Amino acid sequence: MTNLLTINKLDVQFPTRHGTTYAVQDVNLELQAGEVLGLVGESGAGKSTIGNAIINLLEPPGQVTGGEILFQGRNLRDLSDEQMRDVRGKKIGMIFQDPQTSLNPLITIGAQLVETIIKATDLTGSAAVDKAVDLLKSVGITETETRLNAYPHQFSGGMRQRVVIALALAGDPDLIIADEPTTALDVSIQAQILDLIKSLCRERQLGVIIVTHDIGVIANIADRVAVMYNGAVVETGEVRQILTAPTHEYTQSLIAAVPRGDLKVDRFTSVDYIEGGAQTHRRIDLDSHWLGETVQANPLGEAITIDGLNKTFVLKKALFKKNRVTLQAVDNVSLSIQAGESFGLVGESGSGKSTVARLVAGLHQGDDGHIKIFGQNVARQERSNDVTAARRNLQMIFQDPYSSLNARMRVLDIVAEPIRFYKTADSEKKVRQIVCDILDHVGLGSGAMLKYPHEFSGGQRQRISIARALASRPKILICDEPTSALDVSVQAHILNLLKDLQAELGLTMLFISHDLPVIRQMCDRVAVMRHGAICEIAQTETLFDTPQHAYSQHLLDLMPRMDLFGSAPASLAGPP
Amino acid sequence: MAEPTTQSRWQRFLDNDVTWSFLHTPSAIVAACVTVIAVSAALAAPWIAPYDPFDPSQISLWDGKLPPAWVEGGSSAYLLGTDNQGRDMLSTILYGGRLSIVVGFVAVFLGMLLGVTLGVISGYLGGKVDAIIMRFADVQLTIPGILLAILINGIGRAILPIDMRDDFAIYVVIIAIGLTDWPQFARVARGATMVEAQKEYVQSARVIGLPGWLIMIRHILPNTLRPILVIATIGLALAVIAEATLSFLGQGIPPTTPSLGTLIRVGNEYLFSGLWWITLFPGIALVVLVFAVNLLGDWMRDALNPKLR
Amino acid sequence: MAAVSAISFSLFNFVGDPVNNMVGQDATREQRVEIRQQLGLDDPVLTQYTRFIGNVLQGDFGLSYRIKRPVSTLILERLPATLELVFVSALIALVVGIGLGVYTGIKRDTWVSRIVMAVSLIGVSLPTFIIGIALIYLFAVHLRWLPSSGRSGTIDLGFWKTSLLSVDGWRAIVLPAITLSLFQLTMILRLVRAEMLEVMRADYIKFARARGLAERTIYFVHALRNTLVPVITVIGLNIGGLIAYSVITETVFQWPGTGLMFIQAVDFVDVPIMAAYLIFVALLFVVINLIVDILYFVVDPRIRLGGS
Repeated sequence: MTNLLTINKLDVQFPTRHGTTYAVQDVNLELQAGEVLGLVGESGAGKSTIGNAIINLLEPPGQVTGGEILFQGRNLRDLSDEQMRDVRGKKIGMIFQDPQTSLNPLITIGAQLVETIIKATDLTGSAAVDKAVDLLKSVGITETETRLNAYPHQFSGGMRQRVVIALALAGDPDLIIADEPTTALDVSIQAQILDLIKSLCRERQLGVIIVTHDIGVIANIADRVAVMYNGAVVETGEVRQILTAPTHEYTQSLIAAVPRGDLKVDRFTSVDYIEGGAQTHRRIDLDSHWLGETVQANPLGEAITIDGLNKTFVLKKALFKKNRVTLQAVDNVSLSIQAGESFGLVGESGSGKSTVARLVAGLHQGDDGHIKIFGQNVARQERSNDVTAARRNLQMIFQDPYSSLNARMRVLDIVAEPIRFYKTADSEKKVRQIVCDILDHVGLGSGAMLKYPHEFSGGQRQRISIARALASRPKILICDEPTSALDVSVQAHILNLLKDLQAELGLTMLFISHDLPVIRQMCDRVAVMRHGAICEIAQTETLFDTPQHAYSQHLLDLMPRMDLFGSAPASLAGPP
Repeated sequence: MAEPTTQSRWQRFLDNDVTWSFLHTPSAIVAACVTVIAVSAALAAPWIAPYDPFDPSQISLWDGKLPPAWVEGGSSAYLLGTDNQGRDMLSTILYGGRLSIVVGFVAVFLGMLLGVTLGVISGYLGGKVDAIIMRFADVQLTIPGILLAILINGIGRAILPIDMRDDFAIYVVIIAIGLTDWPQFARVARGATMVEAQKEYVQSARVIGLPGWLIMIRHILPNTLRPILVIATIGLALAVIAEATLSFLGQGIPPTTPSLGTLIRVGNEYLFSGLWWITLFPGIALVVLVFAVNLLGDWMRDALNPKLR
Repeated sequence: MAAVSAISFSLFNFVGDPVNNMVGQDATREQRVEIRQQLGLDDPVLTQYTRFIGNVLQGDFGLSYRIKRPVSTLILERLPATLELVFVSALIALVVGIGLGVYTGIKRDTWVSRIVMAVSLIGVSLPTFIIGIALIYLFAVHLRWLPSSGRSGTIDLGFWKTSLLSVDGWRAIVLPAITLSLFQLTMILRLVRAEMLEVMRADYIKFARARGLAERTIYFVHALRNTLVPVITVIGLNIGGLIAYSVITETVFQWPGTGLMFIQAVDFVDVPIMAAYLIFVALLFVVINLIVDILYFVVDPRIRLGGS
């Protein structure tokens, strides 16, 4: 059986004035019809580049500089622009990550479908419209008549991605390249879309290349997988085999580093292949260190108490109340966190977990309800000294490492800001000393002081954020999805760091995440949120073993099970 | 994991994408040179001009209306000819250029100060303050720029007693143009502020407990400078044009201490009698200046645009 | 609008002494007092303001200080001249501006594009009056093809005197129209081009390419539509700018429109005309903004139909 697609010794380069980047080096791949090939790797591995190279849509100045791409016997690199355009759409279809930006917002989806059909097939007029309707049905969209005349913004994210898939299928292609098709979607929708892709693949005997950084996705629908690192393929094979018994060191570390959802371990396994050796955490002498000065005074009892918290956002203002569009982000939330405890808040996007965190931190004002920090009511944004003092005990770490640091300030100034502002050190020299210490402590080294944020990687920036948070000597640390934007290999280090700091300094931690396995490893107790309300609060182990609420069960079902791949969860309707 | 390298400040400046783009865009270099030369020549006018055209004792009506030196009838004492009052064209252009540039700069600076302050405050605080400030800006934008400048200028002059009008004309012009400019700056500053305020480093500063004004000055302002700089450069060109237009219409700088615009107005009356040089040379000077500034602004917009890499 | 009328009103009252302006220096005290009473200048400010508004709404702007005729008549007389000029200029600016903008956006690197871009930069740098003077000099003085000033060839249609229906009229309007349109034309050109380039980098364009759609389809169906929508507001404002710049053009060409009248009014501090002109222009702007808003509503489905 000849391959649908064979890639031999592919090289892709990006020449810039700083030097040439070798995005893809000497890559070999094969794909059969009816098979799903997963391309997995972390950011920068080159997996998306391969997809773009196949259909010749590389971002300039990228160029294919070597190798051949054999598709159905023809070398795609030999084709003219005109011929390549024919191939796209009719033979090869591509799906991108963000359905919102993939569709032209000003044209109805019906029109977009029809124009693609007309170009890719011989159909015209009403025959084309009929085909559009068929396509929509085949991707699971009902009410096709009304949908055809609708605009993209009137659909939800999952539906939009279905439309995108329909568009990609318009020309009856033989190969589909899916570039992170579910990354921008909610967990429950993800499963649906993946199922759709898989069933389409089997029904129409398509070849599918799915590019992703999420191993769970691979476990879900791929037959074979190629693991990429730094532009090269390090290992290929059957999914079952790779996941259970990987041979290459990188693959081994990668799989081991994915947080396990099935039992709690003490520390996250770090990906040593990249980071070069395990990082030992330097212990500090709490008695003499500046950071330790306030540890002695750690109060006991309830650190955070939330009672009946409500917050509604006005999405669209209008003169008349009935025309206003509002969103109940937080709905009568009550919980309490003990000092020294690690508390998790888990839920999908839109569940309100981040909003709760921001309300506690004082970035938003609640509509009503109490928030108490160490017994001090801070819900109203008064400027009283007690409130300010109570708030000083609290610091926050955010999700996006790229926007959480002021690009124009040096690391020294970023970390020193709270120290200088609150004058907790006597002299400028002492300030530098303290900053130096903290940077060492979070694993960055004092040489980082004079540099600017853009000189650091994502993981290192999060360390800087952590250092800045520590500089206020907080008793409570709120972590809002601190590792969601980081590669798996780096996640482990940051999470380990957080764990160590908590144990050492006796911090109370409020940990927000949508990632259940991470929650399991990090938190003692956890609250599950949905649509702004709390569904369940329990000890972590209890929640994972015997969840009480149906929604908690639902979330647990969606957790990728690497030991149970092969039996993907059944397509889901949400809980009642 | 690559080791981040330390670079000295100077190295970083040279390696900076913006600097590199500048050094590799010939038009930008040319524009910058022209601007620098023009500005320095104009500013140095008192030292390098052969005559002082604003000093009545140095003007003699006899020598009026002389053509440039290379045309028959001209004299080498007056390289570019003289105007109807006997002022040496070259000197007048230099002095006039100085006036135009000074007016342009100060007016833009005024507009920038007002606009950026209001814009950042408006963008950061949001809510009622934002609504009010933006309402002001919108109302002002309902009246087209030049018209407003003419109006403010007219009112300003009308308020002053007649004998003081000429002396204070320059200030009135500056205020008029500056007041016309600020909504543009405010809009841009507000937009940039709103983007920055959403970013997590600002939220972080708030959690640390820094007061609003400190956050605005230390964190937000430096990060809004890029787009503001672009608008300022273009604003400078527009301000110079505005001053010239006002003067041309008779509303701006009076003919006793003429700016480039006033000169052109004066020359216009003699254009059809064949005294072309009174209009042409100031005209060329004006266009070259504005063109250079625009070119610079254009390059700046492209170089500072993060999306264009 | 309210704010503008307030500004107008304060102009009216506080700038210079209206009585002085009206009767000149020689009037006796008694005459002045009498006129003050007639004009109601002794009444409280609020009453005067309400009266002012009332008058305005009825179209009565009072008498011009200098010309001693009702301002509203003056404006109406000269309005057709200005409106026709603005209309022709707008047409030129829109057609050529958008056309060239799209062209240079698509064919970025041809030498035609480069020339257009260079010329456009010059266009933005040339003050309107210099363009006017240059054109007059070239076409009227040197080549003697076109008249150098004034409006000619008017045909009276009753309430509207148009010059667009005669060859003479067209010959006279060509230069001023080109002068007026040049600045806006270049701005529109650069705007459209910039927006076009921005749009071409969007994801949906990439996806369209991935579906194998022809380049022509991509440009004219997808890119063009998405370019023009955000640009509508700015174009609307620019057209409004034409009204402002008409003041300059009319001065250079001695075109008998409202702009010229305004400048003369400012020269003589003829406050009623200034105030009235202000209100008129503001009104026009508000109308244009309204039209733009409606257009936006019609053209952008995201605004027309809410989200799901």
